[in-house]
Amino acid sequence: MYRYIVTRLLLAVPTLVGAAALVFVLLRLIPGDVCVIRLGAGGMHVDPTALAHCRQELGLNDPIIAQFLDFLGSYLTFDFGTSMWSGHPVTEEIGKRLPVSLQIALMATVIAVLIAIPLGTLSALKENSWLDHIVRMVAIAGIATPSFWLGIMSLVLVLDITYLATGKAWMPPIDFVPFWQDPLRNLSIVLLPAITVGYRYSAVTMRMTRSAMLEVMREDYIRTARAKGLLEQIVINRHALKNALLPVVTLIGIEFAFLIGGLVVTEQVFNLNGIGRLFVLAVQNQDNVLTQALTMLVVVIFVVTNLVVDLLYAWLDPRIRFS
Amino acid sequence: MYVRKRLAAIALGVVAAIAAGSAGAEAPKRGGTLTYMIPADAPPSLDGHRETTYATVHAAAPFYSVLIRVPPDNPSSTTEFVCDLCTEMPKPTDGGKTYTFKIRQGVKFHDGSPLTAQDVGDSWNRIVFPPKGTTSARVTFYAMVDKIEVPDDQTVVFKLKYPASAFLPALADPYSWIYSKKILEKDPHFYEQHVMGSGPFRFVSYEIGQSIKGERNPDYYHEGQPYLDGFVALFAPKQSVRVDAIRSDRAAMEFRGLPPSARDELAKEGGKDIVFQESDWNCGNIITPNHKKKPFDDVRVRRALALAIDQWHGAPALAKIANVRTVGGIVFPGSPLAATKDELQQMAGYWPDIEKSRAEAKRLLKEAGAEGLKFELLNRNVDQPYKFVGTWVIGEWKKIGLNVEQKVVPTGPWFSNMRGGTFDVVMEANCISVVNPLLDTGKYLPAKVFPENYGQFDDDKSIELYDKMQTETDPKKQRDDMRAYEKHTLDTMVHSIVLPYWYRIVPMRSYVQGWKISPSHYLNQDLANIWLEK
Repeated sequence: MYRYIVTRLLLAVPTLVGAAALVFVLLRLIPGDVCVIRLGAGGMHVDPTALAHCRQELGLNDPIIAQFLDFLGSYLTFDFGTSMWSGHPVTEEIGKRLPVSLQIALMATVIAVLIAIPLGTLSALKENSWLDHIVRMVAIAGIATPSFWLGIMSLVLVLDITYLATGKAWMPPIDFVPFWQDPLRNLSIVLLPAITVGYRYSAVTMRMTRSAMLEVMREDYIRTARAKGLLEQIVINRHALKNALLPVVTLIGIEFAFLIGGLVVTEQVFNLNGIGRLFVLAVQNQDNVLTQALTMLVVVIFVVTNLVVDLLYAWLDPRIRFS
Repeated sequence: MYVRKRLAAIALGVVAAIAAGSAGAEAPKRGGTLTYMIPADAPPSLDGHRETTYATVHAAAPFYSVLIRVPPDNPSSTTEFVCDLCTEMPKPTDGGKTYTFKIRQGVKFHDGSPLTAQDVGDSWNRIVFPPKGTTSARVTFYAMVDKIEVPDDQTVVFKLKYPASAFLPALADPYSWIYSKKILEKDPHFYEQHVMGSGPFRFVSYEIGQSIKGERNPDYYHEGQPYLDGFVALFAPKQSVRVDAIRSDRAAMEFRGLPPSARDELAKEGGKDIVFQESDWNCGNIITPNHKKKPFDDVRVRRALALAIDQWHGAPALAKIANVRTVGGIVFPGSPLAATKDELQQMAGYWPDIEKSRAEAKRLLKEAGAEGLKFELLNRNVDQPYKFVGTWVIGEWKKIGLNVEQKVVPTGPWFSNMRGGTFDVVMEANCISVVNPLLDTGKYLPAKVFPENYGQFDDDKSIELYDKMQTETDPKKQRDDMRAYEKHTLDTMVHSIVLPYWYRIVPMRSYVQGWKISPSHYLNQDLANIWLEK
């Protein structure tokens, strides 16, 4: 098992280096730079002296190869650099935003799992019944509805309902407070985005659970278990669901990793100061150092999540051995 | 000099739907916290000398003092300036080349240390003559300044190379915050990440991308101000969030400006609880043809582009969907140096008879062999008003048989293409703080004089006309010089086509009192005169 983990971690190294090289090159293919955007942000008068000074200060005049080696070297020493836009260390920039995205991702995952697995299972067990039709309809609607649209509509709905009920429109606070500082305020901020993201997430997972369950329920060993006279509940929980969960766990892992950096529009709709919004800002401002760090963060999250998913396989399916 | 108070009565062409009660007949009330939105993610830094974005001003202006400023109670005046840290607006001596400012006594920085002329002089020296290793974003505004001296702790003297009407408006720049000399001597970059000023509010906290908070400065030198106990500014780049926040009173206002559709939505849903202040905006889009690309090297083609656009009918229609409104020339409408409607109508692109104008455009294109010309309009991927205006202009050009494709790119590539000259025709923008036509119109000079002109042309006549205007001190003659320079730029050579000026619509909860709109979202942002009727 340990050998397997170490091998997987070592295999992640070329992935990280490849991602680093790719993002480094791609960012430099975009015309313009952070200095032009920064100095032109206001009135379009970009002072040439200030521009030259800014470029020199940020090392943008150095040869590309020198910049790349510097980038790789600093990562090897865990120095992730300083944001070219704000001048703050990227660890500080990311550190401030990560808890927001992490909380939304975790809550959305919990919501998705709590909805998707029971309903997906039920839908498969009651195939072609009215319950199955309703669950499938809910799932397809969730897949088809963009979560940002759902977010906007949920906010409008809250505003309109409170206005009709009290004569005063209400919306959740828009300045994030950590859970440990003020749990109620925190939940009132993150609940709507977590539900809107969780709904789409649950829809995809529900479909996957249903199809995996349908496939498993037709396996010979299920028929054997039933022939042995086992209780239907045991057949489903112990023999069918555990096996059906293998692809579902993979999906949950991928979705969770995606949510950390992928809540771009949802974070904007709810004014959440998370990783997705920071990503957009970094790309817009051509802040190469921050964009590189964020990309590497997402790559690391995907690598780690995949590893965790692989380890979960062993628990779900004893036939899988890491040797 | 035209910038003097004697012209202060010339009001800006503001179409102000001033909120009920905001005229301020009542005595201001003390107390309360103002929550407002900043339509940005986060400013790059909090150093006003270094940055150019309004996000820096909206976040940090309440913490700082300036030497002079536009009058907070009449910020729409384009000609009047008043003291903030000085005691009296000086009369120039030495033939208009020396300005001596006396500095208020007893002003304290928020750390309790005294603010003297040494701090004012040091800050201004850093703005005008930035030391090696520091950045000052507006050095070009102060080309007329020869030196800044501090003879004693109460006096700052600005010595100019030549008398310049543009000097005082440039001095009222809202980013020119006064920093502590002692701090800057220790760390020239201190103010990029920290706040320590002498303004109406003291710094409380800053969460990058989230909020900045301030509390009343009890030692503030303008008696009775500020009225608020404090403020909370929330960063919110998404317009829908800001609209919803104002509607639900999560925030009382935002200072930059919303498009008409958002105003209408808020007015409908907020009723009498939400009011608006509106003004012409000292920002505008400009069409610049690349003179180095054929056939835009031919003035007939450039003139045809201008003649095709029906500004007089287009602007009011466009104003319903985009934040633009007033037709103007190279000078902000409402300034004493701006062209009148009659004067504008003498130039290409402003003719009152659009049919005649377009017939002439077609004739010129035919003569230049450019009928049915196809080209790209480079534009920035910003909705309001860039893409709206771009789409409108393309429609106008289609009416004279041109086939134009709009190429919309992010800010970085947009700048890069402009600077590199890799475009056919570009939709530029010119957005300025204090209305200072003598400096603002430098934008239309060839790149060898003004590097941020992207038209790729050389024109000595243009430089000659501009220079003549700069050194002229008689207001009437200066106005005539401006007309000659404007006609040369927009009509004779058609280096640029100026499109309708932007229009600023500021929404606020009706309990916000005391604040008045200005023609720039950079001005009047220290919040000292705001109070809450709650």
